[in-house]
Amino acid sequence: MGDRAVPDASPVLEFHDVRMHFGGVTALKGVSSRIPKGIIQSVIGPNGAGKTTLLNCISGLLTPSSGSVVFRGEAVQGKPPHEIARRGLSRTFQHVALFPRMSVWENVMVGRHARTRAGFWAAGFRLPFMRAEERRIREDAERWLEFVGLHPEKDLPAGALPLGKQKILEIARALATDPVLILLDEPAGGLNTRETEELGDLLKKIQAKGVTVVLVEHDMNLVMDISDRVLVLHFGQVLACGSPSEIKDNPEVIQAYLGEDWAEAGGGLTGNSLSGDREDTPC
Amino acid sequence: MSSREKTAFVGLTVFLAVFPWVSALSRSFSHYVDVMIFAGIFSLVTIGLSLLMGFAGQISLAQAAFFGIGAYGSGILTGHFHWNPWAAMLAGVCVAAAVAWVVGVPALRLKGHYLAMATLGFGVIVHIVMNEEVDWTGGPSGLGGIPGIRLAGRKISGDAAWFYLVWAFVLAAFLFSRHVLHSRVGRALRAIHDDEKAAEAMGVPVSSLKVQVFVYSAVLAAVAGSLYAHYVSFLSPGSFDLMWSIRFVLMVVFGGMQSLWGALVGTVLLTFVGNEWLQVFADFEILVYGGILLVMALFVPQGLVVWMDAFFRRRSRLQPTPSDGGS
Ligand SMILES: Nc1ncnc2c1ncn2[C@@H]1O[C@H](COP(=O)(O)OP(=O)(O)O)[C@@H](O)[C@H]1O
Ligand SMILES: [Mg+2]
Repeated sequence: MGDRAVPDASPVLEFHDVRMHFGGVTALKGVSSRIPKGIIQSVIGPNGAGKTTLLNCISGLLTPSSGSVVFRGEAVQGKPPHEIARRGLSRTFQHVALFPRMSVWENVMVGRHARTRAGFWAAGFRLPFMRAEERRIREDAERWLEFVGLHPEKDLPAGALPLGKQKILEIARALATDPVLILLDEPAGGLNTRETEELGDLLKKIQAKGVTVVLVEHDMNLVMDISDRVLVLHFGQVLACGSPSEIKDNPEVIQAYLGEDWAEAGGGLTGNSLSGDREDTPC
Repeated sequence: MSSREKTAFVGLTVFLAVFPWVSALSRSFSHYVDVMIFAGIFSLVTIGLSLLMGFAGQISLAQAAFFGIGAYGSGILTGHFHWNPWAAMLAGVCVAAAVAWVVGVPALRLKGHYLAMATLGFGVIVHIVMNEEVDWTGGPSGLGGIPGIRLAGRKISGDAAWFYLVWAFVLAAFLFSRHVLHSRVGRALRAIHDDEKAAEAMGVPVSSLKVQVFVYSAVLAAVAGSLYAHYVSFLSPGSFDLMWSIRFVLMVVFGGMQSLWGALVGTVLLTFVGNEWLQVFADFEILVYGGILLVMALFVPQGLVVWMDAFFRRRSRLQPTPSDGGS
């Protein structure tokens, strides 16, 4: 399945030569990619490769030291995260970042913030449009909770959920912002096998809604199973990019990241290095 | 509103309606109306502060300064310039809002201790201005001759009339704030408190909302200041110093930061304590407050209202209901 042709639409996200320095540490050394609309693109790489930093640069939590990030045809680097979110980019966090003292339901309602408008006055005086809007916020949030299967827990404090459900709740909250593109930072971290399988199904459902998915993940089964394209980061650089089967067969990747275990497990070595034609890679 | 909260609100309204009458029955209680007027005025300040501290998670040691801006604004405009008191109140509120915005934009980028320090510094500056601008404020010797307020053609005079006027403001501010808390704005404020980065990534304009709630708290403090000026008709800088900012914070913490009811209860109790019993401690008052705070932090960290709520729920074996905004 990994070999299916990537739709050649105009990219929903494009970043070019993104560099990020933290004092003496260079976390990203010029990373580029074009991500077409509607695909699931995974980003893999060992710990410290710069995956989270890349997501932070895209979502606005960090401003890249240099390079450009173009989202839906507009340069967004340096813009505050809430403005980028309003343009249709949402995300989850590697280390769960919910609002733990708010209910599950309220967490998702916060996701509707950018799509609604009642301010201090409208809320304080409970103007009619505000009441109608509030009703819609509640209904929309409930729909997203049903979509991810967390509706039964909606009145619990988010902090009381087990880790696996917290990770799913983060996805529901991100979806509630009506994203065009969603960035997921290790959503399977801490999930058991069954939960990871369910997560895979959920990600497919999200893709089916037309949302582009950028998935940072360590679980290779999940990545190889659902990705249309995989980008391998290594020490802040793109080591390889291609379909899951191309990545599985790439000796550089096998050596740097997948490790001998993978080769022994039948990952296979075809000697077909991508390094020669990196210029032509579709990424 | 939940039915419990509705009951509490109706109960509060009835209590306030009969309070001046009941107090008038006995000579030894009659001055409690006066204390309750001050408690009401301070409640306006602490309701705003509760939104800022308890819900948005931003501390301010500048509330006495905004209280003072409202008070001196009314005192000067009505005393020196013979403005209509309501117009003067509006002007004072506008000035406080503008100042809060100017101070808040840079200060609210700061966190924790730094925000406390920044607002403290601002409060000290305002206090110095009150002391030094003798031509306008009367300086340390005070500003007198502030006229009373007229409402619907009648002068507000007597403790009962003032009581009802002040507490009408409090109930209005309470309801308005409560509605704000149970809206997308309130949820966003609580989200900021729990995780700023996540709130921002979900589309919440964190800085702008923090400034808005800071301005809102300043507006309520200025309204309170204006009422205070007309009620006591004499202002001196001592009523607006750092000690008062700390008292306001204590009132909110005492009653419970996570609830508007906490602000009300804490303010009324500490106003009574301060008026009735702490006089004897004079300069040691601060020690008593420090002691109260220590005991609270150790044994009742959620504040009185949450603690009592949990206590009664346990007694009546009620299932806890889901949080629906916390107020
Ligand atoms: N805020 C930061 N300050 C300093 N160094 C950082 C910061 N964030 C990330 N780094 C460094 O950048 C590198 C990449 O980190 P990260 O993006 O978290 O990797 P990954 O998500 O791929 O595990 C690491 O060496 C990390 O120590
Ligand atoms: Mg990471």
